[in-house]
Amino acid sequence: MSDAAAPAQPPDRRGLWRRIRGTQGRNLWFAAFVAPFFLGLVVFVYVPILWSAVLSFFEARNTVTPTKFVGFGNYAYLLQDRLFLNSLVVFIAFAVFIVPLTYVCSLGLALLLDKITIGRAFFRSVFFIPTAVSYVIAAIIWRFGFFNGARFGLLNSFLRSLGLEQPINWLGGGNNLYWVALVSARLWLQVGFYMILFIAGLNKIPVETYEAAALDGASGWRLLRWITLPQLKATSVAVIMLLLINAFQAFDEFYNMLGSIGQYPPYGRPPLVHLYLIALGGGQQDLGVGGAGTMILTSIIVVFGVAQNWILNRGGKA
Amino acid sequence: MRTSRVAQGLRYVIAIALALFFLLPLYVIVRNAFSTNANITSAKWNWLPDQVNLTNLTSLLANDSIGIGRAMANSAIMAGLQTLGTVVVSLLAGYALARYDNRVSRALLALTIFTLMVPAATTFVPMFIITAQLGWIDTFRGLVIPGMFSAFATYLFRQFFLDFPTELEDASLIDGCNPWTSFWRIVVPNSRGIIAAVGTIILIGSWNAFLWPTLVGRDATRTVQVALSQFMTSQGVRYPELFMGTLVAVLPMLFVFLFLQRYLVQGLTTSGLR
Repeated sequence: MSDAAAPAQPPDRRGLWRRIRGTQGRNLWFAAFVAPFFLGLVVFVYVPILWSAVLSFFEARNTVTPTKFVGFGNYAYLLQDRLFLNSLVVFIAFAVFIVPLTYVCSLGLALLLDKITIGRAFFRSVFFIPTAVSYVIAAIIWRFGFFNGARFGLLNSFLRSLGLEQPINWLGGGNNLYWVALVSARLWLQVGFYMILFIAGLNKIPVETYEAAALDGASGWRLLRWITLPQLKATSVAVIMLLLINAFQAFDEFYNMLGSIGQYPPYGRPPLVHLYLIALGGGQQDLGVGGAGTMILTSIIVVFGVAQNWILNRGGKA
Repeated sequence: MRTSRVAQGLRYVIAIALALFFLLPLYVIVRNAFSTNANITSAKWNWLPDQVNLTNLTSLLANDSIGIGRAMANSAIMAGLQTLGTVVVSLLAGYALARYDNRVSRALLALTIFTLMVPAATTFVPMFIITAQLGWIDTFRGLVIPGMFSAFATYLFRQFFLDFPTELEDASLIDGCNPWTSFWRIVVPNSRGIIAAVGTIILIGSWNAFLWPTLVGRDATRTVQVALSQFMTSQGVRYPELFMGTLVAVLPMLFVFLFLQRYLVQGLTTSGLR
């Protein structure tokens, strides 16, 4: 149709339309396919990021259209806020526990299942199943089943059978024992997923590589150290990145296991829970400070991400 | 390679012990869901409930402060719509990003991958504001639509389509299809495996979501995770009902998972997270 009308058009405009359409309308088809996704991405991801950045420079209590520009005031406020700094410490402590532990455990499980022949599918399913369980549900089991501070909690029952008469107050004792619950719950929930990624990585290693190394007399730890780990580098980089981001997103289990248990501090509260309470959850609705907090978090993640990429790519040693 | 029998036997012992540990939490749900309160809070640990009865289920269903029936229905609607929406949107975009190689396409791919790095924390406050401005608080639109644009799903689909042969599509184009009809008639039916895999990931994530439904799903659209969380932190929580609710909430996803696990594993291993 446009071709029939084309001779009447000035030639350069026709050329422009041609260029926009592409040969056989390819560009238009491309646009039609990607438009829904990118419209959504802009409205619900990119605009929010920018908005968060803008809000962070304004005093915005209970309002989304702030007028008072405060420069870096919100940042200064947060970076002097003992509770926010504490939540950053909690996050770093949590990440320091959970990232290496999940990495080692999921890789260990993958290597274990790699050698097992009978019932491999069964074991894989068992370790993978917690992927289907929510953090809320894990929090219920951990808080009321395992780490119940009363005598009838599973762990306390077990310890009593070993002769420890006094029940331990795991979550509410003011000690740091709640970390055991937090770390073990997350470990249970996510180890299976990363195990699958490692199994995929292991399957991509050519058998010949092992055979060649075995001919050279390598075995056991030396194979793991010099063949398996280097070959899993790409998987490792992806896994560690995902683990770090997930650790930063920690919210559900902290909120549900510890949220109603006692004062903060001493109880752990990662930045996301803290910002949620500042910006949306509590009474103050301070969106400017919330925005500044999310910007700080994002920059920390970017720094961690760049650092881990740099370290893993530089040494060649995972 | 030499594998000693002792080492192999040891591997099985370790695997079985770990498997028991991994199943322990699921066992605790079932045990508590069918126990009486006295059963659960007895100082003596008993591995099995005294008698199996369904009173916990009936009292759970009758408990208005949890509203489990309504919450389950809400979760099903939200998770179903979100999965459908996300899969369609991401499938289209992932396909186009794999097939059309031009400057715009590469820029859009970079924009997509960038969002994988951005934590949800960065967007949740403004996303809530936008949703509120749209008047979508406590509606299914508010629960479903903002979460429908998954860079992860789009990226997995793109990786899959990079290895998907183009011959079938070319043939259908010569036969008179346009890219749209060719996509739905030829490409989609041949991508059922990856669609099932990504759909499972989205479905489980959506059903299990907590932070966003807490903010948006207030009363009429309270999901089951939010309902359980509120019940857990309420005064005088009743253990048997809470665990029966947990069992009810976890069962649908366990079934989905057991049926679709094969696709999930295939999807994660073939499309390769890089």
